[in-house]
Amino acid sequence: MKEKIIKINNKNYEFKEGETILSVARRNGIEIPTLCEHPDLSVKENCRVCVVEVSGELGLSTACSTKAKPGMDIKTNSERVEKSRGLNLEMIFAEHIEKCADCIWRFECKLLKYAKDYNLLINTFEDRKGKRPTYKFKNAVELDSSQCIDCRNCVEACQLQGIDYLEIEGKGHKQEIVPTKDQRKHCILCGQCTLVCPVSAAQEQANWPEVEKLFKNDKKIVIAQFAPSVRVSIGEDFGLNHGEIVTEKLVSSLRELGFDYVFDVSFAADITTIVEANELIERIKNKGTMPMMTSCCPGWVNYVEYYNPELIPNLTSSRSPQIHGGGVIKTFWAEKMNVDPKNIAVVSIMPCTAKKYEASREEMAIKNQLPVDYVLTTRELSFMLKKNNIDLATIKESKADNPLGEYSGAGVIFGGSGGVMESALRTAQFILEGPKAQLTKKKLEFHDVRGLEDFKETSVSIAGVDLRIGVVNGIGNIKNIIPRLGDFDYIEVMTCPGGCIAGGGQPIPTTKEIVKKRIASLYTDDTKQKIRISAQNKGAMEIVQWLEKKNLTKKVLHTKYFKNLD
Amino acid sequence: MSELLNKIKETQLTGKGGASFPVFKKWQIVKDAKAKKKYVICNASEGEPGVEKDGYILEHFPERVINGIKLAIKEVDAEKAYIFLNRKYFKKYNKRLLVHIANSNIELFEKPHTGGYIAGEESSLINAIEGSRIEPSKKPPFPGEKGLWGFPTLINNVETFYDISLVSTDEYKNTRFYTLSGDCPWPGVYELSEDMTIGDVIYETKNFPKFDFFVQVGGGASGEVLNSKNLDREVGGSGSITIYSIKKHRPKELMKQWIKFFMDESCGQCAPCREGTYRLYEIIKSKNPNRHMFFSILEDLPESSFCALGRSVPVPLLSYFNNVLKNDPNFGLIFQDE
Repeated sequence: MKEKIIKINNKNYEFKEGETILSVARRNGIEIPTLCEHPDLSVKENCRVCVVEVSGELGLSTACSTKAKPGMDIKTNSERVEKSRGLNLEMIFAEHIEKCADCIWRFECKLLKYAKDYNLLINTFEDRKGKRPTYKFKNAVELDSSQCIDCRNCVEACQLQGIDYLEIEGKGHKQEIVPTKDQRKHCILCGQCTLVCPVSAAQEQANWPEVEKLFKNDKKIVIAQFAPSVRVSIGEDFGLNHGEIVTEKLVSSLRELGFDYVFDVSFAADITTIVEANELIERIKNKGTMPMMTSCCPGWVNYVEYYNPELIPNLTSSRSPQIHGGGVIKTFWAEKMNVDPKNIAVVSIMPCTAKKYEASREEMAIKNQLPVDYVLTTRELSFMLKKNNIDLATIKESKADNPLGEYSGAGVIFGGSGGVMESALRTAQFILEGPKAQLTKKKLEFHDVRGLEDFKETSVSIAGVDLRIGVVNGIGNIKNIIPRLGDFDYIEVMTCPGGCIAGGGQPIPTTKEIVKKRIASLYTDDTKQKIRISAQNKGAMEIVQWLEKKNLTKKVLHTKYFKNLD
Repeated sequence: MSELLNKIKETQLTGKGGASFPVFKKWQIVKDAKAKKKYVICNASEGEPGVEKDGYILEHFPERVINGIKLAIKEVDAEKAYIFLNRKYFKKYNKRLLVHIANSNIELFEKPHTGGYIAGEESSLINAIEGSRIEPSKKPPFPGEKGLWGFPTLINNVETFYDISLVSTDEYKNTRFYTLSGDCPWPGVYELSEDMTIGDVIYETKNFPKFDFFVQVGGGASGEVLNSKNLDREVGGSGSITIYSIKKHRPKELMKQWIKFFMDESCGQCAPCREGTYRLYEIIKSKNPNRHMFFSILEDLPESSFCALGRSVPVPLLSYFNNVLKNDPNFGLIFQDE
């Protein structure tokens, strides 16, 4: 057998069976530029930017798709390669109207990086897509055709979600990625397309300019609340390790940016858990609509409202953590601080694009005020920090504001697939079995609902009641479960595969490997918390009781869903 | 080895779709492939200007074509065969073909209207039948290993199946079909010996011009351009000869026409072809064409294009420069301002 060795730029490197040239090069620190390549998607080799010279081959070969073979002699920077790669890049630059000034991708942009690295002009050719439209999906996601480089990653991501809303129309230079004309299909705003777009043509609809304006308004108390999953992802945008827990650095960064108060949504997630666990117990006792299904994922709520409105009665009436958080801030906290809620602006930092739409839903309003004023994605926040020269990696740590700062470990794990389920089970168990529930780790941790499998199912026994549990990890898997609903009592659905830690608003890249590290960190953070059951969060319980006393329970803690007809 | 396969090997039959791949090898690969199902496809997509011989064969010898397909079904043990017809041929010949197909497992498939030229490329053709977007897929795997619905698939051109039928009854006489077109008195399809030179074919068909001319062989878009002194070679490929009067054709218009064909037929998948053909067209259209950029793009296309369409763009253009315009210092007034 021949030795598994290839030569790259005159040096020998070992390769593994089936490995591509790109993989061998990257493993050894040899840079080959790529645009359409994404480890979780099919190899499309359509940008032709990763071309390399393989001796004996007539034309150049794409490193992303060409498997290493013994004895291959590869050049990644020969004159031939530079000529072809450079021209392909320059032609791609001319597909992308530069809107750098207010582009949140400015600090990470590969196009700008490659132009600099390879000494190329971004205006060798005249931009050709200037007149193409921007498609806006509600107030959450947009596809700017004037920036699209035709890599098609967004189309595939949408297919993998089982939504299939984006399509390729036309051919050749007239090709365009467009929303489908099929009236039966709807965008559920998950933003997975934005995660795989190499040039930010598919992106969140930005709210950072509005938030910047808030900082300049002296009358407003501007409050940030950040989601559980952001603490294990945002560090990556500042060069920290994948999944590194940066809760207190994040808090300091938000303060430095100009927020007057910083609250942790993990606390609100404890409230959500308490509301949801009680509803589950009630549904079981009173023989309510079963199975009960989670509703804290707004992409999933959109899905139900569009595709399966008959499941609306199954959704828990509990609002989601960000809406609970905003609602509590504008009622309980406002009264406590003696401020008019009209003078409070709540900004959520979310791993999610669909949260932008959720926050804007009219039925969320409490006394004509929306609980959350603006939602920023993790990426938008990273952009704002970088724009203001705030280095999250090195900033001095500080703790989130009380009383909304104390949270349980169960609130933190909301960020991963199975987390909402596990939180609810811990609390249901606590309510039904009493404090003994916390005694053993075995009774506290529900490992069967964790992990990145498409669908997880198990049954648990709580206070003598057997609960049949299902966890749908990624909306693409929902179709297999809907015909089997009768087999379950409680189902968690997360639209993004992996849960919020892989949400459409998270740092790029987000890949399966990175998601594993983020999720592991959430569970580590959980074990570090003093309390790990939401119902044991005294602050959360106190607020739930306060709301009840003020007759605000329904307004602040519960919501309604509607069959979507548009 | 079966008797038929042996005969095919001995006659050294090559495919008549354009790539001239040995038929014996293609058949052997599909025959040897171990799979639950196999398919045979007859490619009658014929979509390049100047090539019309498949239509001619369907018109005159449908029974031979069907017979060739049936032999293939039997030889590779295929479940079924498809005849992939361009829209014109489907309209014209579907009834006649169905009569000859009778009860055999052969289905006609009409090229979708979005198909275009690229639909004749093997993997695009498979995508078309499968209902996917019509554009080339990554190779390998080749259709012979993993083709239609993932099963080994034998794809041959109409003329190849015709040849096979003749080989099976020992009537194959080493002839092939030539399409003559362009500035000539007797355009059409002719069956002549396959080893004839370009010049002989033009002469034999009484199409040899009295004016200054050049020819394009192997397709009126992707074919190579030769001057009247380069005619002493076999035609090859898909067997087409297009004759151009030098006086009649303005170089810039001709090149515009070739480039536009590629630009319109590019599937849009890969950047160099999608963008390169568009930029070439922009350059050739402009008042002051950028000569350096024009040739840079022509150099890049065969280097980095995904499929043969992009890779073949320089063939007519560069051969036209080298064989016809070479002695013209202004390159036919194209880059006059430099």
